[in-house]
Amino acid sequence: MKRFAELYTALDATTKTNAKVAAMESYFRQAPASDAAWATYFLRGGKLRSPFPSKLMRQWAAEAAGIPAWLLEECYESVGDLAETAALLVPDAGTGSSDIKLTEWIEQRLAPLRAMPETEQREMILRSWLQLSSSERFVWNKLITGSFRVGVSEGLVLRGLAAATEVPESVLAHRLSGSWQPTPEAWALLISKETSDAATSQPYPFFLSHPLEGSPDQLGNVTEWLVERKWDGIRAQVIRRKGEVHIWSRGGEQITDRFPEVLSEAWRLPNGTVLDGEILGWNDGRVMPFADLQQRIARRKPGKAILAKVPARLMAFDLLEWDGVDIRARPLVERRTILETLPVNLSPSLPALTWDDVAALRASSRELGTEGVMLKRLHSPYGVGRQRGDWWKSKIEPYSVDAVLINAQRGHGRRASLYTAYTFGVWDEGKLVPFAKAYSGLTDAEIRAADSFIRKNTVERFGPVCSVTPELVFEIAFEGIQRSTRHKSGIAVRFPRMARWRTDKKAADADTLETVKALLRT
Amino acid sequence: MSLLELRPSGLFCPGGDFYIDPWKGVDRAIITHGHADHARVGSKSYLCCNDAVEILHTRLGHQASIQGVAYGETVSFGGVNVTLYPAGHILGSAQIKVESRGYSWVVSGDYKVEPDATCAAFQPVRCNGFVTEATFALPIYRWRPSGEVFAQVNEWWRANAAEKRASVLYAYSLGKAQRLLSGVDADIGPIYTHGSVERLNEVYRRAGVALPKTTYALTADIATYAGSLIVAPPGMNGSSWVRRFGDFSTAIASGWMQVRGHRRRRAVDRGFTLSDHADWPGLLSAIRETGAETIWVTHGSIDPLVRWLNENGWDAKGLDTQFTSDEADQNETSETEQVPE
Ligand SMILES: [Zn+2]
Ligand SMILES: [Zn+2]
Repeated sequence: MKRFAELYTALDATTKTNAKVAAMESYFRQAPASDAAWATYFLRGGKLRSPFPSKLMRQWAAEAAGIPAWLLEECYESVGDLAETAALLVPDAGTGSSDIKLTEWIEQRLAPLRAMPETEQREMILRSWLQLSSSERFVWNKLITGSFRVGVSEGLVLRGLAAATEVPESVLAHRLSGSWQPTPEAWALLISKETSDAATSQPYPFFLSHPLEGSPDQLGNVTEWLVERKWDGIRAQVIRRKGEVHIWSRGGEQITDRFPEVLSEAWRLPNGTVLDGEILGWNDGRVMPFADLQQRIARRKPGKAILAKVPARLMAFDLLEWDGVDIRARPLVERRTILETLPVNLSPSLPALTWDDVAALRASSRELGTEGVMLKRLHSPYGVGRQRGDWWKSKIEPYSVDAVLINAQRGHGRRASLYTAYTFGVWDEGKLVPFAKAYSGLTDAEIRAADSFIRKNTVERFGPVCSVTPELVFEIAFEGIQRSTRHKSGIAVRFPRMARWRTDKKAADADTLETVKALLRT
Repeated sequence: MSLLELRPSGLFCPGGDFYIDPWKGVDRAIITHGHADHARVGSKSYLCCNDAVEILHTRLGHQASIQGVAYGETVSFGGVNVTLYPAGHILGSAQIKVESRGYSWVVSGDYKVEPDATCAAFQPVRCNGFVTEATFALPIYRWRPSGEVFAQVNEWWRANAAEKRASVLYAYSLGKAQRLLSGVDADIGPIYTHGSVERLNEVYRRAGVALPKTTYALTADIATYAGSLIVAPPGMNGSSWVRRFGDFSTAIASGWMQVRGHRRRRAVDRGFTLSDHADWPGLLSAIRETGAETIWVTHGSIDPLVRWLNENGWDAKGLDTQFTSDEADQNETSETEQVPE
């Protein structure tokens, strides 16, 4: 327990990503397999249901501290967390910290609690407190009450594991997908250097489009272009290989289990097929708003109710692998011809003979619940990353940029206690430069969620403003853009607002200053 | 006539016609110690412990009329005997015993019961009525022995020094900073200080307190500070002043660091739980040892302590004073205002 509590303390004490990764690396390097498995489970947000109601923990903590119940409540008021209050109240027995393995604490002590009568539970808990130091007691209480959480994202855990085991993050992500069980055997498989198992699941790098600046007739002859709707969903690759199906988001996350409908459709594909498309909420023959789909992103295992409320499907628009062969170098028109023979929901090719037709199609985007149109060169290969020239997006919002939250400031009036004014940055030579400030566009629930993230991830404070770990990505919509010498970014935007919270994107996916400046030309 | 009563200007002794730690200017003020919320400007004359005289001058100016007395020495005002006893809080901190015709009160100001190498140890004084502080009067506040905390500080400093990083340690300039300096292992590297800390180091040294060599952090040459310890008031956190230290780790030493929420709000790399105030067991043992049956409770968690005392046989009430906590959490702005950095 000592080592795990130290890991927790180290992760909790710093906001620096590298320090967090280093702490995890050193923990995983020395931890026995069973402890490493449990630590992985807990760091990734795994919880065990509490074996007793929290009022019993209150009772026992007051008893151990020799204080009346009202005084425990005063303490709880001041601390704000029951596990911590109990940890601080219980006197140290002087035995110091516990060298007993985390696994033993979980499997021999926590797990049996559930089946015990209350008197035995009480005895076990009081005894356990005496064996632990204050910081260990805190972590232990968090584990017992099922409220253990630590400020590391899935990606960061993967980085820590990869650093300690030298197994690539993507392979680890693959192996941890689904319902991973914290056993020494599972750990051994997780860190195995024999990585061919994961190759089957690996996606291709996504090809990304650029916003089209100005009128599309600069693109030449309209007949050389495929015109499609720009769907507002989760960009995803569906991989069907060797009797397996894997779904990857653009953020590099395995989302296979989150979309059972997409999964079951994918089983109908022949082995050796990789699709690129957009996962959408789909109801009554039309796409649902992105906000609805977002309710599903957070759920690792969606329940019946949400599946019925927001049914999902993959709108397929490209074929990257066919019959086990990587066909990305073949022209889009050929890839698409094969795609049209497959049992998929195909993103329709829109009829356009002139650029005016394209403009008219684009104008109808909003009523169809789409974001605009995509223009893809029919003879282009499937590129890598943000290569320019072959894929363009023409959105109905006059301007929109994906930017990273870098600073926050408290609001006024009703929202004085919350961080509601945000500064957003875009990438410029590896750094985030501030480019817009926005106050509006989020729902109250989103504001609360953002506020809690900001509090937990404050890096530095300058008066009422604080800088935060650059992690959250928002789509910022605005009405106009011009050059400005007063702004560090060299541009000023008019009426910026948060069009939506891109929980599907990571900071690295945000736009660059170059992309933003390109909008100046329109 | 009662021996002590609360007036708009502060705690007053009608028999002796003096105030203790008044928050408005009065004719005669007896001062427990030099922290800003206890030693305020504007009074005509001050009386305090000998060791606190110079500290009071730094706070009240050199024209202030300040008389020093030794611990244990008794002075009389209108038939009321006044004796100062060590409070163990900071250099020169005193509990003030007020006695008239065999009946006595002790006003303890701020105190801690744990030994501190930079000031005289808290001395329990028998009395009928006791005025106690309550800064950390909740049972969640139980301090580890200071030796353990110094070991943590040394470990943190040593680890930073090994990486050629500076260690910026935030601590209240008067008292906490010197206590830390006396406890750290000066062999790890050079020690630099912020101006407000350095000035008080001088006062402590003149009073005979042994402190390691410290240097006022004047130079802006980053390389100078690699591996060093820098002691500065908490208000410097995030200021342009600390940027001169290049690559550095930050920590704060305060009793509030006991609670995770406070640690996280401070936005520093480490929080060390070290306080110059009594913890919950310390408060209870100090109160018991006075033998007093009446307890008045000032600044901090007044209500819980009053209720606990009343439930356990004391006659206790809260006093609505204007003392604030001098621990890092609260007072850092007034701390930094004095320093032209
Ligand atoms: Zn004080
Ligand atoms: Zn005070």
